Amino acid sequence: MVVPLHHIIAIASLLFSIGVLGVLFRRNAIIVFMSIEIMLNAVNLAFVAFSNYHGNVHGQVFVFFTMTLAAAEVAVGLAIIISLFRNLQTSDITEIHNLKN
Amino acid sequence: MTTALFYLFAALLIGSALFVVLNRNPMYSVVALVFGFANLAGIYFLLEAYFIGALQVLVYAGAIMVLFLFVVMLLDVKPDKPRRGLVHLDRWWFAILVVLFLGLLLGIVPGAVRLITSVPAGHEADIGNVERVGQALFTSYLLPFEVAALLLTVALIGTVFLAKRKI
Repeated sequence: MVVPLHHIIAIASLLFSIGVLGVLFRRNAIIVFMSIEIMLNAVNLAFVAFSNYHGNVHGQVFVFFTMTLAAAEVAVGLAIIISLFRNLQTSDITEIHNLKN
Repeated sequence: MTTALFYLFAALLIGSALFVVLNRNPMYSVVALVFGFANLAGIYFLLEAYFIGALQVLVYAGAIMVLFLFVVMLLDVKPDKPRRGLVHLDRWWFAILVVLFLGLLLGIVPGAVRLITSVPAGHEADIGNVERVGQALFTSYLLPFEVAALLLTVALIGTVFLAKRKI
Protein backbone atom coordinates (compact mmCIF):
# COMPACT_ATOMS: atom_id res chain seq x y z
CA MET A 1 0.00 0.00 0.00
CA VAL A 2 1.63 3.21 -1.14
CA VAL A 3 -0.80 5.61 0.57
CA PRO A 4 -3.06 5.29 3.63
CA LEU A 5 -6.44 3.77 2.89
CA HIS A 6 -8.53 6.64 4.18
CA HIS A 7 -6.91 9.02 1.69
CA ILE A 8 -8.12 6.83 -1.16
CA ILE A 9 -11.57 6.59 0.42
CA ALA A 10 -11.64 10.37 0.74
CA ILE A 11 -10.74 10.73 -2.95
CA ALA A 12 -13.41 8.19 -3.92
CA SER A 13 -16.08 9.96 -1.87
CA LEU A 14 -15.04 13.32 -3.32
CA LEU A 15 -15.33 11.87 -6.81
CA PHE A 16 -18.74 10.39 -5.96
CA SER A 17 -19.99 13.72 -4.64
CA ILE A 18 -18.79 15.49 -7.79
CA GLY A 19 -20.87 12.95 -9.74
CA VAL A 20 -23.91 13.60 -7.53
CA LEU A 21 -23.41 17.34 -8.09
CA GLY A 22 -23.44 16.78 -11.85
CA VAL A 23 -26.59 14.66 -11.77
CA LEU A 24 -28.43 17.17 -9.59
CA PHE A 25 -27.39 20.43 -11.19
CA ARG A 26 -26.80 19.91 -14.89
CA ARG A 27 -29.57 20.06 -17.48
CA ASN A 28 -27.81 18.43 -20.41
CA ALA A 29 -28.72 14.73 -20.53
CA ILE A 30 -25.28 13.70 -21.79
CA ILE A 31 -23.50 15.52 -18.95
CA VAL A 32 -25.88 13.89 -16.45
CA PHE A 33 -24.98 10.54 -17.94
CA MET A 34 -21.26 11.27 -17.68
CA SER A 35 -21.75 12.21 -14.04
CA ILE A 36 -23.28 8.77 -13.47
CA GLU A 37 -20.12 7.30 -15.00
CA ILE A 38 -18.03 9.38 -12.58
CA MET A 39 -20.01 7.95 -9.65
CA LEU A 40 -19.53 4.39 -10.91
CA ASN A 41 -15.80 5.00 -11.17
CA ALA A 42 -15.65 6.39 -7.65
CA VAL A 43 -17.16 3.14 -6.37
CA ASN A 44 -14.70 1.17 -8.50
CA LEU A 45 -11.82 3.09 -6.94
CA ALA A 46 -13.08 2.22 -3.46
CA PHE A 47 -13.38 -1.45 -4.45
CA VAL A 48 -9.82 -1.56 -5.78
CA ALA A 49 -8.49 0.22 -2.70
CA PHE A 50 -10.14 -2.28 -0.36
CA SER A 51 -8.99 -5.16 -2.54
CA ASN A 52 -5.43 -3.93 -2.22
CA TYR A 53 -5.84 -3.32 1.51
CA HIS A 54 -7.19 -6.78 2.31
CA GLY A 55 -4.85 -8.43 -0.16
CA ASN A 56 -7.45 -10.53 -1.95
CA VAL A 57 -8.83 -10.43 -5.43
CA HIS A 58 -12.59 -10.31 -4.88
CA GLY A 59 -12.87 -6.53 -5.03
CA GLN A 60 -11.25 -6.51 -8.44
CA VAL A 61 -13.71 -9.14 -9.67
CA PHE A 62 -16.51 -6.82 -8.54
CA VAL A 63 -14.92 -3.97 -10.47
CA PHE A 64 -14.88 -6.20 -13.54
CA PHE A 65 -18.63 -6.77 -13.21
CA THR A 66 -19.27 -3.08 -12.61
CA MET A 67 -17.43 -2.26 -15.83
CA THR A 68 -19.53 -4.79 -17.74
CA LEU A 69 -22.67 -3.24 -16.30
CA ALA A 70 -21.45 0.27 -17.16
CA ALA A 71 -20.75 -0.72 -20.75
CA ALA A 72 -24.26 -2.17 -21.16
CA GLU A 73 -25.83 0.82 -19.42
CA VAL A 74 -23.97 3.35 -21.57
CA ALA A 75 -24.96 1.58 -24.80
CA VAL A 76 -28.67 1.52 -23.90
CA GLY A 77 -28.70 4.98 -22.32
CA LEU A 78 -27.04 6.66 -25.27
CA ALA A 79 -29.47 4.94 -27.64
CA ILE A 80 -32.32 6.38 -25.57
CA ILE A 81 -30.73 9.85 -25.65
CA ILE A 82 -30.32 9.61 -29.43
CA SER A 83 -33.94 8.66 -29.98
CA LEU A 84 -35.10 11.40 -27.58
CA PHE A 85 -33.02 13.93 -29.48
CA ARG A 86 -34.40 12.68 -32.77
CA ASN A 87 -38.00 13.09 -31.59
CA LEU A 88 -37.75 16.29 -29.54
CA GLN A 89 -34.63 18.04 -30.94
CA THR A 90 -33.31 18.69 -27.43
CA SER A 91 -31.10 17.05 -24.84
CA ASP A 92 -32.24 19.36 -22.04
CA ILE A 93 -33.76 17.22 -19.30
CA THR A 94 -36.03 20.04 -18.10
CA GLU A 95 -37.71 20.14 -21.51
CA ILE A 96 -38.30 16.40 -21.69
CA HIS A 97 -41.57 15.86 -19.82
CA ASN A 98 -43.76 13.96 -22.27
CA LEU A 99 -44.96 11.49 -19.64
CA LYS A 100 -46.19 14.33 -17.42
CA ASN A 101 -48.94 15.64 -19.68
CA MET B 1 7.99 8.48 -5.74
CA THR B 2 4.87 6.31 -6.00
CA THR B 3 3.19 8.33 -3.27
CA ALA B 4 3.84 11.58 -5.13
CA LEU B 5 2.56 9.98 -8.34
CA PHE B 6 -0.59 8.85 -6.53
CA TYR B 7 -1.41 12.33 -5.29
CA LEU B 8 -0.66 13.78 -8.73
CA PHE B 9 -3.03 11.31 -10.40
CA ALA B 10 -5.67 11.93 -7.73
CA ALA B 11 -5.45 15.71 -8.12
CA LEU B 12 -5.71 15.47 -11.91
CA LEU B 13 -8.64 13.05 -11.57
CA ILE B 14 -10.59 15.32 -9.21
CA GLY B 15 -9.75 18.35 -11.35
CA SER B 16 -10.96 16.78 -14.57
CA ALA B 17 -14.13 15.47 -12.87
CA LEU B 18 -14.88 19.01 -11.68
CA PHE B 19 -14.22 20.28 -15.20
CA VAL B 20 -16.68 17.72 -16.59
CA VAL B 21 -19.42 18.88 -14.23
CA LEU B 22 -18.82 22.63 -14.31
CA ASN B 23 -18.01 23.15 -17.98
CA ARG B 24 -20.72 24.30 -20.42
CA ASN B 25 -19.47 22.61 -23.58
CA PRO B 26 -20.23 18.84 -23.71
CA MET B 27 -17.35 18.24 -26.13
CA TYR B 28 -14.78 19.54 -23.64
CA SER B 29 -16.47 17.52 -20.90
CA VAL B 30 -16.02 14.26 -22.81
CA VAL B 31 -12.33 14.92 -23.48
CA ALA B 32 -11.77 15.89 -19.84
CA LEU B 33 -13.46 12.69 -18.71
CA VAL B 34 -11.20 10.60 -20.96
CA PHE B 35 -8.23 12.32 -19.33
CA GLY B 36 -9.66 11.69 -15.86
CA PHE B 37 -10.22 8.00 -16.58
CA ALA B 38 -6.62 7.68 -17.79
CA ASN B 39 -5.51 9.12 -14.44
CA LEU B 40 -7.78 6.67 -12.64
CA ALA B 41 -6.08 3.86 -14.55
CA GLY B 42 -2.78 5.21 -13.25
CA ILE B 43 -4.13 5.01 -9.68
CA TYR B 44 -5.20 1.40 -10.32
CA PHE B 45 -1.69 0.56 -11.50
CA LEU B 46 -0.23 2.11 -8.35
CA LEU B 47 -2.65 0.01 -6.27
CA GLU B 48 -1.28 -3.12 -8.00
CA ALA B 49 -4.54 -3.78 -9.87
CA TYR B 50 -2.87 -4.17 -13.25
CA PHE B 51 -5.68 -6.08 -14.94
CA ILE B 52 -8.28 -3.55 -13.82
CA GLY B 53 -6.02 -0.69 -14.91
CA ALA B 54 -5.71 -2.16 -18.39
CA LEU B 55 -9.49 -2.69 -18.50
CA GLN B 56 -10.02 0.91 -17.42
CA VAL B 57 -7.97 2.15 -20.38
CA LEU B 58 -9.47 -0.30 -22.87
CA VAL B 59 -13.13 -0.30 -21.82
CA TYR B 60 -13.70 3.11 -20.21
CA ALA B 61 -11.27 5.49 -21.90
CA GLY B 62 -11.29 3.45 -25.09
CA ALA B 63 -14.79 2.17 -25.76
CA ILE B 64 -17.30 3.97 -23.52
CA MET B 65 -15.89 7.47 -23.91
CA VAL B 66 -15.52 7.05 -27.69
CA LEU B 67 -19.23 6.17 -27.71
CA PHE B 68 -19.95 9.38 -25.76
CA LEU B 69 -17.77 11.34 -28.20
CA PHE B 70 -19.63 9.90 -31.17
CA VAL B 71 -23.00 10.78 -29.66
CA VAL B 72 -21.95 14.34 -28.80
CA MET B 73 -20.61 14.86 -32.32
CA LEU B 74 -23.60 13.15 -33.94
CA LEU B 75 -26.22 15.14 -32.06
CA ASP B 76 -24.31 18.42 -32.39
CA VAL B 77 -25.22 19.38 -28.82
CA LYS B 78 -24.91 23.08 -28.26
CA PRO B 79 -23.21 24.42 -25.13
CA ASP B 80 -25.65 25.38 -22.38
CA LYS B 81 -27.00 28.88 -22.70
CA PRO B 82 -25.72 31.11 -19.92
CA ARG B 83 -28.95 33.14 -19.65
CA ARG B 84 -30.73 30.50 -17.57
CA GLY B 85 -27.70 29.63 -15.48
CA LEU B 86 -25.78 26.43 -15.15
CA VAL B 87 -28.08 24.89 -12.57
CA HIS B 88 -31.80 24.22 -12.65
CA LEU B 89 -32.37 24.26 -8.91
CA ASP B 90 -32.86 27.48 -7.03
CA ARG B 91 -30.43 28.74 -4.43
CA TRP B 92 -32.25 27.50 -1.32
CA TRP B 93 -32.37 23.93 -2.53
CA PHE B 94 -28.69 24.17 -3.38
CA ALA B 95 -27.84 25.37 0.14
CA ILE B 96 -29.96 22.65 1.78
CA LEU B 97 -28.34 19.93 -0.32
CA VAL B 98 -24.83 21.17 0.43
CA VAL B 99 -25.53 21.26 4.17
CA LEU B 100 -27.07 17.77 4.10
CA PHE B 101 -24.14 16.39 2.13
CA LEU B 102 -21.50 17.92 4.40
CA GLY B 103 -23.34 16.62 7.46
CA LEU B 104 -23.46 13.16 5.95
CA LEU B 105 -19.76 13.24 5.11
CA LEU B 106 -18.72 14.51 8.53
CA GLY B 107 -20.99 11.98 10.22
CA ILE B 108 -19.95 8.91 8.29
CA VAL B 109 -16.29 9.30 7.36
CA PRO B 110 -14.69 9.41 10.86
CA GLY B 111 -16.55 6.29 11.96
CA ALA B 112 -15.64 4.52 8.75
CA VAL B 113 -11.98 5.44 9.17
CA ARG B 114 -11.99 4.09 12.73
CA LEU B 115 -13.56 0.88 11.44
CA ILE B 116 -10.98 0.59 8.67
CA THR B 117 -7.91 1.09 10.81
CA SER B 118 -9.02 -1.63 13.22
CA VAL B 119 -8.89 -4.32 10.51
CA PRO B 120 -5.49 -6.01 10.18
CA ALA B 121 -4.16 -6.27 6.64
CA GLY B 122 -2.86 -9.61 5.47
CA HIS B 123 -1.26 -9.13 2.10
CA GLU B 124 -1.04 -11.80 -0.59
CA ALA B 125 1.46 -11.57 -3.42
CA ASP B 126 0.55 -10.13 -6.85
CA ILE B 127 -3.23 -9.78 -6.38
CA GLY B 128 -3.64 -7.73 -9.55
CA ASN B 129 -2.39 -10.46 -11.82
CA VAL B 130 -4.55 -11.46 -14.74
CA GLU B 131 -3.97 -15.04 -13.62
CA ARG B 132 -5.33 -14.42 -10.10
CA VAL B 133 -8.32 -12.38 -11.27
CA GLY B 134 -9.10 -14.89 -14.01
CA GLN B 135 -8.90 -17.77 -11.57
CA ALA B 136 -11.44 -16.13 -9.26
CA LEU B 137 -13.59 -15.16 -12.25
CA PHE B 138 -13.80 -18.65 -13.71
CA THR B 139 -14.20 -20.60 -10.46
CA SER B 140 -16.14 -18.86 -7.69
CA TYR B 141 -17.69 -16.18 -9.94
CA LEU B 142 -18.53 -18.37 -12.95
CA LEU B 143 -22.31 -17.88 -12.79
CA PRO B 144 -22.14 -14.05 -12.50
CA PHE B 145 -19.64 -14.08 -15.36
CA GLU B 146 -22.08 -15.92 -17.63
CA VAL B 147 -24.93 -13.65 -16.52
CA ALA B 148 -22.75 -10.66 -17.44
CA ALA B 149 -22.29 -12.12 -20.91
CA LEU B 150 -26.07 -12.49 -21.20
CA LEU B 151 -26.50 -8.90 -20.00
CA LEU B 152 -24.16 -7.63 -22.72
CA THR B 153 -26.10 -9.57 -25.36
CA VAL B 154 -29.39 -8.12 -24.12
CA ALA B 155 -27.86 -4.62 -24.11
CA LEU B 156 -26.64 -5.10 -27.69
CA ILE B 157 -30.07 -6.18 -28.94
CA GLY B 158 -31.78 -3.41 -26.96
CA THR B 159 -29.45 -0.77 -28.35
CA VAL B 160 -30.07 -1.83 -31.94
CA PHE B 161 -33.80 -1.83 -31.28
CA LEU B 162 -33.81 1.60 -29.60
CA ALA B 163 -31.57 3.33 -32.12
CA LYS B 164 -33.52 2.13 -35.14
CA ARG B 165 -35.28 4.93 -36.95
CA LYS B 166 -38.60 3.14 -37.28
CA ILE B 167 -39.63 0.58 -34.73
